[in-house]
Amino acid sequence: MEAYIYDALRTVRGKGNKKGALMGNTPTDLATQVLVALKDKHDLDVTQVEDVMLGCVTQAKDQAANIAKSAAQQSGYGDHLCGVSLNRFCGSGLEAINQAAAYIKAGFRQLIIAGGVESMSRVPMGSDGAGFLMDPAQAISGHIVPQGISADLIATKYGYSREDVDKFAYESQMRASHAESNNYFISRIPVKDINGINVLNTDENIRPSTTLEGLTKLNPSFEAMGAMAGFDAVAIDRYPEVEVMNHVHHAGNSSAIVDGAACTLIGNEAIGKTLGLKPRFKIRAAAIYGTDPTIMLTGPAPASEKALKQAGMTISDIDLFEVNEAFASVPMLFMEKLGVDHSKINVNGGAIALGHPLGATGCMLTGTLMDELERRDLNIGLVTLCIGGGMGIASIIERV
Amino acid sequence: MSTYKNDYLEYTIEDNIAIISVNQINEPANLYSFDFIHHFYEAGQKALADNTIKGIIVTSSRRMFMAGGDLRMLSKPIEDPKVFFDGMMEIHKKMRSLETGGKPIVAAINGIALGGGYELTLNCHHRILINHPKIKIGLPESKVGLLPGGGGTAKLPYLTGIQKGLTYLLQGKELRPQQALADGLVNELATDKEDMMLKAKQWIEQNPNVIQPWDNKKYRIPEGGFWSPTGVQTIIGANGNVSKMTHGNYPAQRYILSIVHDGIQVPIDRALEIEARYFTKIVSTKEAKNIIRTGFFGIQAAKKGKSRPKDQAAYPIKKLGILGAGMMGAGIAYVSAKAGMDVILKDTTLDLAERGKSYSKKLLDKAISRNRSTPEKATALLERIQTTTEVQPFHDCDLVIEAVFEDPNLKDKVTKETEAVLSEDKIYASNTSTIPITLLAKSSARPENFIGIHFFSPVDKMPLVEIIVGEKTSDKAIAAAVDYTTTIGKIPIVVNDSRGFYTSRCFGTYISEGMFLLEEGVPAAMIENIARKKGMPVGPLAVHDEVTITLSKHVYESNPDPKRPYQKRLHKLVLDLIESGRTSKKDGAGFYDYPKGEKKRLWTDLQEKYNSKYDTLDEATIAKRLLHFQALESFRCLDEGVIRSVIDGDLGSVLGWGFPIYTGGSLSYIDYVGIQKFVAECDDFAQRFGERFTVPDRLRALAEANKSIHDFDK
Repeated sequence: MEAYIYDALRTVRGKGNKKGALMGNTPTDLATQVLVALKDKHDLDVTQVEDVMLGCVTQAKDQAANIAKSAAQQSGYGDHLCGVSLNRFCGSGLEAINQAAAYIKAGFRQLIIAGGVESMSRVPMGSDGAGFLMDPAQAISGHIVPQGISADLIATKYGYSREDVDKFAYESQMRASHAESNNYFISRIPVKDINGINVLNTDENIRPSTTLEGLTKLNPSFEAMGAMAGFDAVAIDRYPEVEVMNHVHHAGNSSAIVDGAACTLIGNEAIGKTLGLKPRFKIRAAAIYGTDPTIMLTGPAPASEKALKQAGMTISDIDLFEVNEAFASVPMLFMEKLGVDHSKINVNGGAIALGHPLGATGCMLTGTLMDELERRDLNIGLVTLCIGGGMGIASIIERV
Repeated sequence: MSTYKNDYLEYTIEDNIAIISVNQINEPANLYSFDFIHHFYEAGQKALADNTIKGIIVTSSRRMFMAGGDLRMLSKPIEDPKVFFDGMMEIHKKMRSLETGGKPIVAAINGIALGGGYELTLNCHHRILINHPKIKIGLPESKVGLLPGGGGTAKLPYLTGIQKGLTYLLQGKELRPQQALADGLVNELATDKEDMMLKAKQWIEQNPNVIQPWDNKKYRIPEGGFWSPTGVQTIIGANGNVSKMTHGNYPAQRYILSIVHDGIQVPIDRALEIEARYFTKIVSTKEAKNIIRTGFFGIQAAKKGKSRPKDQAAYPIKKLGILGAGMMGAGIAYVSAKAGMDVILKDTTLDLAERGKSYSKKLLDKAISRNRSTPEKATALLERIQTTTEVQPFHDCDLVIEAVFEDPNLKDKVTKETEAVLSEDKIYASNTSTIPITLLAKSSARPENFIGIHFFSPVDKMPLVEIIVGEKTSDKAIAAAVDYTTTIGKIPIVVNDSRGFYTSRCFGTYISEGMFLLEEGVPAAMIENIARKKGMPVGPLAVHDEVTITLSKHVYESNPDPKRPYQKRLHKLVLDLIESGRTSKKDGAGFYDYPKGEKKRLWTDLQEKYNSKYDTLDEATIAKRLLHFQALESFRCLDEGVIRSVIDGDLGSVLGWGFPIYTGGSLSYIDYVGIQKFVAECDDFAQRFGERFTVPDRLRALAEANKSIHDFDK
C-alpha cells in the first residue's frame, strides 16, 4: 500500500527570542492554527482524521504533556482525534511524516496529520534537561560535546574555512530573499491573534541586506565554550588527527532560532478518493542512520544513501534536495560526500536564513520541497536532516 | 558511668554537654575507619539517650583533628563488594541517626581535618574551626584516586554550592581557615581552643532545634540547585573539563561528578546510597590502587629513606658546598638553605655566584607576596647562602655538589681542586645528567666518597632526585646522599651507573618512538594528541623541542650505544631535522613553530616531509608503541640492576618524566595492561616495528608464570 501526502502547510517563522513576533502565541496555538488552516483549505471531513503526530524537541513547560493531543483538542476536529508527540531531535518533523507513512503502508491507519511544532522563544532549548549532555556516565565516556563544537569539528576535519562557511550562509540568505520576493512559499500561512489580526505575515528571520563582509565581522559562537568548558579537548581526544579546533560557526552561518509549526496530511489511496482529495506526493523511502556522537552531525549523507537504496534509486535520480542547514558545515559536508552540486540543494535557502524551529523543521522542509518540485515541474526530492546525539534522517518523495 | 574512654575516644560531660574527643591511641594519627565509626556512634547514641545532655561537641585530643581515611585498609583488595557496600551503608545509617537524633552536634575542629576527618564534621550541625595558618581542611581523596565516601561527596555541594563543591571535590583542594569560612565549609572561626569550646557550648545553648541543610525543605543551595541555569551549566561544563583533565583515565573524577549529578536531585539518604555504590566501585579500581601504591605509600617510604643502606649511621649535613651557580646550582642552594643548611655557592666570578644567589631572593620575594614566607625568614635563609670564587671555604663542608657545565675536563679540574681542601671523610657529588659517575669518579682520589645526585629542573619544583651509584661508591656515600635528599624534602631513588642513568634513558625511548611514528607516516598531531590522551603531560615531539633536538644529536655522538641500533635511526632523523634548521623551542623552530605571542603550531612541512597519512596506524597501536617502549626500557633497567626495585622505577617514571600515575608508573604499567597481553603485544611489535620491542627473558618468565611485575622484587 502507498502512503500519499495530500497536502502540506506551515506557519511563518518568527524569531525565537523575546522580541520575536510569535512569542505571544503558545506552541499549542501555533500547531492549532495549521490544523485549522488545513481543515478550512480542504473543507476536510475531520471525522476521518485519526491521529495528530507532531515532532517537538523540547517537551517541557508549554510543550510538555503531549502537545500533539493538546493541539488536536484545540483544533476542534472532535474528541475522536488522538495525538502523539515525537522526539527525534532535529529530525522530529520528518520522523512524524515517516511514522505516519509507515502506519498507512501497514494498513493500521487511513488518514493522519503529521508535522511538528516548536516555540523556541517560549520554551528555550535545554529547558527539558539533557541526560546525554549532563549525566557524566554518558557524557564523559561518549565524548559528548555541544552541537556547535561538533559543527566546528566537521569544518576543521574537512577543511572548511571561515570564508567557505560564510559564503554558504550568504547564499542561503540570498536564495531565501529571492524565494520570498517571488512568492515561492505558497504553502505558508500567517499567524493570527485571537481577534484574527495577523501577527506575522512573512518569515521574520530572512535578511535580504546580508553581506559577506557583514558576516565576516561576527564573532565565533563556540570558541569560548570550547576552551573554557574543555570541549575542544574532548573533540580532539576523539579525533586526534585534529591539531587545533577551527571555530568557524557564528550566529550568521548557523540555523536561526525561531518559532513555528507545520503539518502534512498523509493517507492511503482509498481515503483520498472517499474524501475527494488529490494526492500531491507519495513517500518512496524513509531511512535513519546512526553516527559517532562526538562529530554528531554527519548523518545526512549515510542516511540519504540508505534511503536511495531503499527506493532503488541513485543520487542522480533526485531532482532537488533539502538538507537542513543546522550549521553551514552540515550541507557542505553532504555535498562533498555525495557529490551533489549546490544548485540542487536548498534552492530557496535554508534554516540559516529562514530558521530552524527544531520539532517542525523536517515537516517544513518537506512542504518547501513539494512546492518547489511542482513549481519547476520536477518529480523526485530528498529531505534530510542531521540529528543530535549522532543520527541522520532522510526521506524521498515522488510526485503523483 | 557518665564518662569513659577507649582506644578511640574520650567521652566526658561539661555543663550538660557531652564532649566526644577523638583520640586513637594505637594509631599515629586519628583515622576514619569502620572500627572508629562504630565507637563514635556508640558515644553519640549514649549522649542522645541521656536526658540530661543538651548537645554534643565533637573534637580531638590530638594536635590534628583527623588525618583522613585509613589508606592501609582501602588499598587492600575487596573480597566481596556487597559486604563492603553494606559496611558503608551501615556507616551512613549510623551517622544519619546521630544527625537526625534531635540534639545539636557541634564540630570543634582544633586541627587539620582532611578526608574522612572533615566528613566526620559534616555529620555535625555546626562547624567551628581554629583560625591558625597551619590548619587546613578539605576532601583530598581524589588526589589519591579515591572519592570522599563518608558522605562528603553527597553533602559538600549543599554547603558550598555545586560549582565550588565540584571544584574542591574534583581537585582535592585543601583550604585554610579563612577560605573555608568564606566558602561555607565551616560556620565559624575561633581564635584558640578555649574560644572554640566556648563558642561550641554557646551554639548548643542557642540552637536546641537543629536540622541539616540536606534535610531542610526550605534550604536553598548557594548559587542555585541542580536544575537552576547555573546548575545545568556547571554540570555540563564539568563534564567537558573533567574529560579534558583526565582523558577518561582517572575514574575517581568521573564518579565524583556522577555522585553529585545523580545524588543532589534526590533525598540525602538515597544520595548517600549512590555515593556508597560509587565508593565501593572506586576502591576496587586498579587506578586507585596504583595511585595509592605509588603516589602515597611509595612516596612516603622513599621520603623516610627506604633506599638507604640500613647499617649506615645518619649523615647530618650542616654545611653544603655547591660548585657552579648556574640554574641547577642556584636551585640546589635555595632548597638546601631552606632546609636550614649553610651553603657555599661558588662560581668563576663573584658576579656569577651572586646571580645564582639572587635566584633564591626571587623565589622568596614571590613566596612573601603569596603569604608563604615572611621577610624575617627570607633574610635568615639568604644569610645562610655565602658566595665565593675560592675553593678554600669548602674545607669544612659535609657535602659538596658539583653543578658545573657538562664537560668532563672541567669536571675533572673542579673535582681535583675541591678534593684537595675537603676533609677525607666527606662526600662529593656530581649533579651530572649525562656523564657516567664511574667515569667522573676517576678524577677522584676517594672514589668511594664520590656519588651522583641528579636533580631535575627547576630544582625548587621537581620532587625527584636520582642518586647515582658509581662502581666504587660506598654505602656511606649512598646513605649520605639519601639523608641529604630527604632532609631537603625531596624523594630519592637510588640508581646504578648506566648510560642516561634511569630517567633520561627511559624518557629517551618516548622521544625516539614519537620520532619513529612520525617517520613512518603517522601525522604529528595524532602522535601528540594520542600521547596526551594516554596521560603523558606533553607530546613526544613537543617535549623533544623543549629538551632540544640538538641535545639528542650530542647525546648520541658523545656516547653511541652499539647495543641499541634504534639510536642510530634516531640520530639520522635528528641530523636531517637540524639540517632543515629545526633544532628546538629555544630557537623558535623544531617540530613546532613558535610564533611570538601565539600558541605553538606544528610545522606545516612535516606532513609532506614524512608523507603523513591519517590511516597509517590505528590509534591503539600508536598509543601502545609510545607507552610499551617506555615500560620495556624500565624493565630492562630493573633487569640490569640499574634500578633496585619496582617502586623506584615507578616513582622515577611518575616524578621524573611524567609517566601517568593511573598506571602506577612505567613498571606497574605492565600489570595495568596485563603482563601476558603486554608480552604478546611487544612480541608482535618486535616483528612489525623492530627489535627494540624484544621482550627480556625474565619478563617473559614472569608472564609465563602468571605473575605480577611486583613479584620481580621477591
